[in-house]
Amino acid sequence: MTEHQTRRGEGGVSAMRLSPAMLWRTRIPRYRLVGRECLECGRRHYPPRPVCPHCGSRRLRDVVLPRTGTVETYTVIYTVMEGFRDRAPHVIALVRLDDGTRVLAPLTDVDPSGVSTGMRVEATLRRIRVDGDTGLIGYGLSFRPLMEPRQGASK
Amino acid sequence: MRVYVAGVGLTRIGRLFDKGILDLAAEAAWKAIDDSGGIIPDAVVVGNMLSSSLQSQDNLGAYVAAGIGLRGRPAFKVEAACGSGGAAIYTGVSLIASGLAGSVLVVGVEKMTDFPNAVVTEALAQAADSEYELFYGATFVGLNALMMRYYMEKYGVSRDEMSAWPVLMHRNGAVNPYAQIRREITIEDVARSQVVADPIRLLDSSPIGDGAAAVLLVSEEVAKSLPEKPPVAITGAGMSVDTVELSNRETLDRIPAAAEAARKALEMAGVRPEELDVVEIHDAFTINAVLLLEELGLAPRGKAARLVAEGKFHPGDKPTANPSGGLKSRGHPVGATGVYQVVEVAMQLRGDFPGVKVPGAEKGLALNMGGDGSTVTVHILSRV
Repeated sequence: MTEHQTRRGEGGVSAMRLSPAMLWRTRIPRYRLVGRECLECGRRHYPPRPVCPHCGSRRLRDVVLPRTGTVETYTVIYTVMEGFRDRAPHVIALVRLDDGTRVLAPLTDVDPSGVSTGMRVEATLRRIRVDGDTGLIGYGLSFRPLMEPRQGASK
Repeated sequence: MRVYVAGVGLTRIGRLFDKGILDLAAEAAWKAIDDSGGIIPDAVVVGNMLSSSLQSQDNLGAYVAAGIGLRGRPAFKVEAACGSGGAAIYTGVSLIASGLAGSVLVVGVEKMTDFPNAVVTEALAQAADSEYELFYGATFVGLNALMMRYYMEKYGVSRDEMSAWPVLMHRNGAVNPYAQIRREITIEDVARSQVVADPIRLLDSSPIGDGAAAVLLVSEEVAKSLPEKPPVAITGAGMSVDTVELSNRETLDRIPAAAEAARKALEMAGVRPEELDVVEIHDAFTINAVLLLEELGLAPRGKAARLVAEGKFHPGDKPTANPSGGLKSRGHPVGATGVYQVVEVAMQLRGDFPGVKVPGAEKGLALNMGGDGSTVTVHILSRV
């Protein structure tokens, strides 16, 4: 029996093997939306890389990125991969955060037909996938439509 | 640089349930060896993406080389997602250019149809960033869909203008005996086809299939020793990479790795883009073809789809794009595709490609891409 045959069939939950160590290692960028800022060129990026993808500098610092942004482009995925059958259609967006950093994540709490380029969104934490064998849950970033506070409204 | 193409071999692409990796590789490899007049190669390079994830088979160099009767020599697998075939050719060329080998068999082989689409879709998604794209359920089609929507909205390109490409590919592929889908389609068919990842529809997408392609490369010295010197050589090779994750790219309507790989290959060959008679480019999705035509300098930014709709790049035009039918119609057995392209361009220059022909072709280009623009190889082939 191949690995795929053993990995499927757990209620169709997930084929991806989630590693506890991987989830722990990536918890800060994933849960707190922490990216990196380059001390040479000043540009930010996400997910965090050991070297600035824009200028190649190794002089970087971690930064908490703004939680709000605008949908730069998006797709509604109908042919989903293993582990996402129960949530098709699945909306994935590239969001330009308010500081210009680009982030890829699913859109949540939204009707796929109501998504459009330029839509304002805010970051939130959601359950993304479950390991079919161990039940380990992978949480991660999602974006939901932003209700802009009216001007002058109190917090 | 001249690395001669002494022999070529292809299998027809399809859902070949009765054939495994070795059956496919052996068929293509021995066709190439026979085509070369029986050259037994000094080394074997295998282009493949999915053997580990779908076939549970690693150690593919030894598995394939020894399995098809070529043990006792160096052999290894080269993996660069859907660009594995092109990267394998690049490696084969390097082995010869370095003098380590006088002859190299490059065989691209992929076996994709043993599992349902959801499993294959997940395996293909491993071309993307595992922790930050695949984790979130961003399929490979989905990532390309992000680029397609961005492009169409930025340049105001319509659905029907984009559809001109797959329609052209199916017309070309309909007469290619090696093609997986030999059937013409219309603009209306594309518009009516199932949405896979909006705005990408089924008829924007290359099919899933099994296949193998092989090319026997030889050095100048070996070429001279043959009864007849091969008429076609690889005269330029270029490769470049970009961030695997889309989020850290400069912009979504560019594939800078393609421009860079092409620049290197063309410069090495001393060929200008306008001199190309035939190009085989990587159209896993319609948007790939459109962006790549622009990166190659064959169309202005934002205009490639419209030019195709107006008849540019069709048979008879210079360059003719994807006379094979491209990934869309010929098929895309992922790790084999880059080798198919080099074989097809070589056959066009030899004049024996059995489908749409580019008469009198002297110079051609093969562009293979891995991921959504993260790995690109370009090879220039010339009649010599």
